[in-house]
Amino acid sequence: MNGRIARVLLSTQYAYMLEYRAEIALWALSGVLPFIMLGVWSQAEAASSLGLDRIQLGRYFLAGFVVRQFTLAWVVFAFEEDALQGRLSPYLLQPLHPLWRYLAAHLAEQATRLPFVAAIAATFFLLQPETFALAAPQRLLLALLATWLAFALNFLLQSSIACLCFWSERASALERLLLIPFLFLSGLVAPLEAYPPAMRQLAYATPFPYMIHFPAQLLAGGPVAVAAGFRAMLGWLLLLLPLCLLLWRTGVRRYTAMGA
Amino acid sequence: MSLVRVDDLGKTYRIAEKQPGLAGTFRHFVKRRHRDVEAVRGVSFTIEAGEVVGFLGPNGAGKTTTLKMLSGLIHPSSGSVEVAGHRPHRRQKAFLEQITLVMGQKQQLIWDLPPLDSLRVNAAIYGLDQGESRRRIGELAEMLELGEELTRPVRKLSLGQRMKAELLAALLHRPAVLFLDEPTLGLDVNAQARVRSFLADYNRRFGATVLLTSHYMADITALCPRVLLIHQGRLFYDGQLSALAERLAPYRQVRLDLARPLPEVPWSDYGELESCEAREVRLLIQPDRLTETLARLLNDLPVVDLEVSDPPIEELIGRLFRQGEVA
Repeated sequence: MNGRIARVLLSTQYAYMLEYRAEIALWALSGVLPFIMLGVWSQAEAASSLGLDRIQLGRYFLAGFVVRQFTLAWVVFAFEEDALQGRLSPYLLQPLHPLWRYLAAHLAEQATRLPFVAAIAATFFLLQPETFALAAPQRLLLALLATWLAFALNFLLQSSIACLCFWSERASALERLLLIPFLFLSGLVAPLEAYPPAMRQLAYATPFPYMIHFPAQLLAGGPVAVAAGFRAMLGWLLLLLPLCLLLWRTGVRRYTAMGA
Repeated sequence: MSLVRVDDLGKTYRIAEKQPGLAGTFRHFVKRRHRDVEAVRGVSFTIEAGEVVGFLGPNGAGKTTTLKMLSGLIHPSSGSVEVAGHRPHRRQKAFLEQITLVMGQKQQLIWDLPPLDSLRVNAAIYGLDQGESRRRIGELAEMLELGEELTRPVRKLSLGQRMKAELLAALLHRPAVLFLDEPTLGLDVNAQARVRSFLADYNRRFGATVLLTSHYMADITALCPRVLLIHQGRLFYDGQLSALAERLAPYRQVRLDLARPLPEVPWSDYGELESCEAREVRLLIQPDRLTETLARLLNDLPVVDLEVSDPPIEELIGRLFRQGEVA
């Protein structure tokens, strides 16, 4: 992979995603779970049980929504379909690792999603102007970096699951199995600070909090252990990257080019 | 030195078997039964640089599996393959830059974008600079008679236009070895002819080595002086197409137009009677008796017109596979 391939892949995938802009807008709209949770927790008693006021809650869930929008990965579904229908075959016969194509497709999809997410966030601020605040530039940069790393984590986790397609035709079922722990342990349904200590400890032993909670807290200006968070993210990335490559190397030998 | 060397190649697939019905479903769920299927067995051959070789066999004979192993898409279970000095299954960059695999009805072009977008991606992946990629696209587009189709979304192209664009994409990096699996599948007669003439032209211009499978014998007879015949995973013929016809059909077909119907003629004195309809008679005659028999026919009978031909190769091969005469 070099700069030119990256540029061409990204611009081509962006053109492709623009063809599906309406669908992507609907995807963005369908990711409103954090706003539903905001509605639930905004009741005065519930909010106080979390130790957060309405404004902090609003900022957290908006940040959760934004982070989720830019950390979504669907590589397992795309890969599974391509592997089952033989579309993976031409990718394997080109001197470029097929995962780069999926990565480019994700990044292009995020770029397409950006205006819709901005519109939803702007609407949120219009409805709740008291939650609007400009984060300090340094904090904003850290939040951006954390969001990008969170995406990398999610992408590598899903890519590792996708590699299981070489053994099982329905590897995406495993991804669906992970959805429930992800929802509860990532901080998407509530800030982790609201969880009982044992539960919180359990959550931090998984990669899930670093996919939503950590970058969302950075973006929302909430309390967060910055250095420890980034260390944990790097640790998970260093674990998942070789795992993914190992699964790929082992699994691709089993590829039978079904459907081709 | 051979560009493609295949030695005792084998591929075995493990297939899960399930009996029909509910009981079969439960049994399949509790304890899966597998069966090993030998798709390719002990296949050996070599192909020299620049050769165009046809790969023939009925459905499920092992043609596509062999092509997948030659292109590095799947790993062989036994034996060895070497293509352009590489072990294909390692899929090293230097190897991938020298080969291409085109599978009819399978596409690498991005469905919703014009072919030019996919070509830009391929050019970048194979490290072609913009000038060179433009030149090659122009050259191949001219050979394939493609023009404004390259700027239309792939989904809006006809099957023939799409296949030509697929070929362009597959050949942009100018591979030395082409593995073509049914490249004319589903195309109309004109489109088939265009693809055939393109492949012949490509082979002439760039000296590319081609291994081609096709169910259309016209592809094989037009392009491939040499053929490999495979049946039930085993190679049972490797040689010239003309020699194959000779081996499969040691006779010539003679068509006679008579001045009047002659129902009483003892045709077996001349050869094997294939058909006799009114004034038209078809006979099969052994080549070593052909001249003498033709002379007798012309002497004995009121022949208005006479035509000698080889029986169509597809008919011979089809009969061969149907009769299972290949063991």
